[in-house]
Amino acid sequence: MLERVAATTAQNGSAPIDAKSGRPPMFPIATRGMTLRDRGRVLLDRVSLTLDQGTRTVIMGPNGAGKSLTLRAIHGLIRPDEGDITWAGRPTDADVLSRQAMVFQKPMLLRRSARANIEFVLRSAGRTTSNQLVDGILARARLIHVAASPARLLSGGEQQRLAIARALALEPDLLFLDEPCANLDPASTLAVEDMIERARTAGAKIVLVTHDIGQARRIADDVVFMSSGRVLEHSAAAAFFDKPKSSAAEAYLAGRLYIDPAASSR
Amino acid sequence: MIQFRKALAIAAVIALSALSTPVEANDKYIVVQSTTSTEQSGLFKHILPMFKAKTGIDVRIVAVGTGQALKNGERGDGDVVLVHAKAAEEKFVADGFGVKRTEVMYNDFVLVGPESDPAKVAGSKDIVAALKSIAEAKAPFASRGDDSGTHKAELDHWKPTGIDVKSASGEWYRSTGSGMGPTLNTAAGMSAYALTDRATWLSFKNRGPLKIVVEGDKRLFNQYGIMLVNPAKHPTVKATEGQAFIDWITGVEGQNAIRSFQIGGEQLFFPNAPGV
Amino acid sequence: MTDLGSIFSLALSLVISGDQQLYSIIVLSLRVTLTAVLLGCLVGIPLGAALATYRFPGRGAAIAVLNAFMGLPPVVVGLAVYLMLSRSGPFGVLGLLYTPTAMIIAQAILVTPLIAALSRQSLADLHTEYDDLFRSLRLRPSDKIRALIWEGRYGLSTAALAGFGRAIAEVGAVIIVGGNIEHVTRVMTTAIALETSKGDLALALALGLILVTIAIAVNAAVLSLNRTARRLAYA
Repeated sequence: MLERVAATTAQNGSAPIDAKSGRPPMFPIATRGMTLRDRGRVLLDRVSLTLDQGTRTVIMGPNGAGKSLTLRAIHGLIRPDEGDITWAGRPTDADVLSRQAMVFQKPMLLRRSARANIEFVLRSAGRTTSNQLVDGILARARLIHVAASPARLLSGGEQQRLAIARALALEPDLLFLDEPCANLDPASTLAVEDMIERARTAGAKIVLVTHDIGQARRIADDVVFMSSGRVLEHSAAAAFFDKPKSSAAEAYLAGRLYIDPAASSR
Repeated sequence: MIQFRKALAIAAVIALSALSTPVEANDKYIVVQSTTSTEQSGLFKHILPMFKAKTGIDVRIVAVGTGQALKNGERGDGDVVLVHAKAAEEKFVADGFGVKRTEVMYNDFVLVGPESDPAKVAGSKDIVAALKSIAEAKAPFASRGDDSGTHKAELDHWKPTGIDVKSASGEWYRSTGSGMGPTLNTAAGMSAYALTDRATWLSFKNRGPLKIVVEGDKRLFNQYGIMLVNPAKHPTVKATEGQAFIDWITGVEGQNAIRSFQIGGEQLFFPNAPGV
Repeated sequence: MTDLGSIFSLALSLVISGDQQLYSIIVLSLRVTLTAVLLGCLVGIPLGAALATYRFPGRGAAIAVLNAFMGLPPVVVGLAVYLMLSRSGPFGVLGLLYTPTAMIIAQAILVTPLIAALSRQSLADLHTEYDDLFRSLRLRPSDKIRALIWEGRYGLSTAALAGFGRAIAEVGAVIIVGGNIEHVTRVMTTAIALETSKGDLALALALGLILVTIAIAVNAAVLSLNRTARRLAYA
């Protein structure tokens, strides 16, 4: 499926080249009318979003809102039934696919050492790897002391830091994170946020899904609020936390149970 | 990924080296398609070292039933065939698969049966009468049923009784579809009568309640013949070495070697090659 | 004569006496079977991994056939290989019939579907676990399969052991293509068949006991290696 996306849209030589990276621009990312159905259920309902360069976008919303699906659709893991995605105006191609990385809720570490996990992504991307390079990546994740340890025997916090380090090893321009701190203690959560911050200063666009309102406040430049597969609002962070536009978001922030009247009638 | 490649490389090397290990350094060997009776009685173990000492030729015995041995010979999977079913052997030669049939030796078939002898045939010297009694008593009879030389001989003895063993199959007549040994195992297990060559019987260890009940009938004569597989049909046949074996076994030395093979003081095969 | 105690002591005395013929039969059994299993793994594991990983038309049918072939009767395989390698068959010129190589080929054909089917089963779960990651990393198909095989190496060793168990225990295929020729193609199972048909049931059972012991030893060795590796390394 992925290969098909890339193949049909690979030719786009006319895009302007970014002077700094030497690659064509990929921002802003725009989804238009993105809809996904599964056996008659509407999972994504005409999702239209614009994601700008350099900002930290946080996607929030109750379970089943379609946050993860939105991430996965933009990242190219699933193919929406309708709608399209453009990157600085061009369709998805091999170039944009190679410039993004994703961190999942589960670390999905390979059954090898921490070091070998990093080496694996570097090699699979055709990059040259050296001990020095890998040491640097592990050191930045404060994992150098467990470099030789089996990755899946690390603590939960270490595992997720390794997963992020692995995603950052390829220096992506776009980093998706799908509830990366869902199972972590506060100290580990802060360590992960620290890594996210360093990725942003290095120039990566951050798109984060979280249920942790405190985390959203600490990280977000802008917030997308979703419910029942729809985007209810997309606002600057300050405005969203100050006064959300939808009653669903208001209820969510207040920690109240909110039943979407539209969802129950569908 | 490095470990993976390494593991793969090691695996491939082991596989290749194991495959290419020479079977044996000596290429001077022939394959003889023969019968279980000759192999399992220990005859070959007794005589082949003498042949090897003289000629340096290794003889590899594939021991199967006569029917299968002839079939394998027809396909060229062997250099020499040594079996015991005269009619089938003559057809094998007539059809051009074998060069020439030479008689090598004989022994005899015996009818074995349980000590209790439900068909009351013990001591008889008339195989046909004995089979008739077995059928009348509906006493269990274990047949090879595998198109072997012994099976063909057994069917020949049923013919004059006029009894249709096929229709009795599954009742008192049990067709085992296997070699002499397994058939004797079955017969011992179900206290059945069975026709066997004497050599296999003498070397057979799991007799259970079985003993010889009929022997000495002239019709129980069991002749072995030897043939070179026709090199004109199958160029891979090692004609020189194969013929050397045939010449040896039908010559004075081979015939004496056969004569000298005994189990418990009893001679198992009687050489009768022409002109010796 | 055939009570367990006497069979056990017969087996023991055979082993202790250092009977040259017994040892050469054991060595040949292991050489034939281990090589066949290795070949079966080289083909079966990537095949299983591909079936676990990719969706294509006819995949369901391919898996059904593979699962059915796990139970291929050894005699049928032996017969088919015999017809191929016979002097009158398509590969007769190679002169492989009645050699250990023929036995290796037959056993490899016997165990490849088993190893492939078991590999598929054990890798299918891993594929579910890692699919998102591998697709996110945009792995090429061949890299995906290799990574999956390496991740599944412990489960795959069980598939290889199952193949070993099937091959070391079978007699139907090797007796047809090997011919059970003394000193050349006689292995443990064909020797057992031979002693059985000679009616020497005690010797046959003693050989069987030795065979089972070897099989247990091989299994125990692989599993303990496995456990150690798992504990020391990559959980």
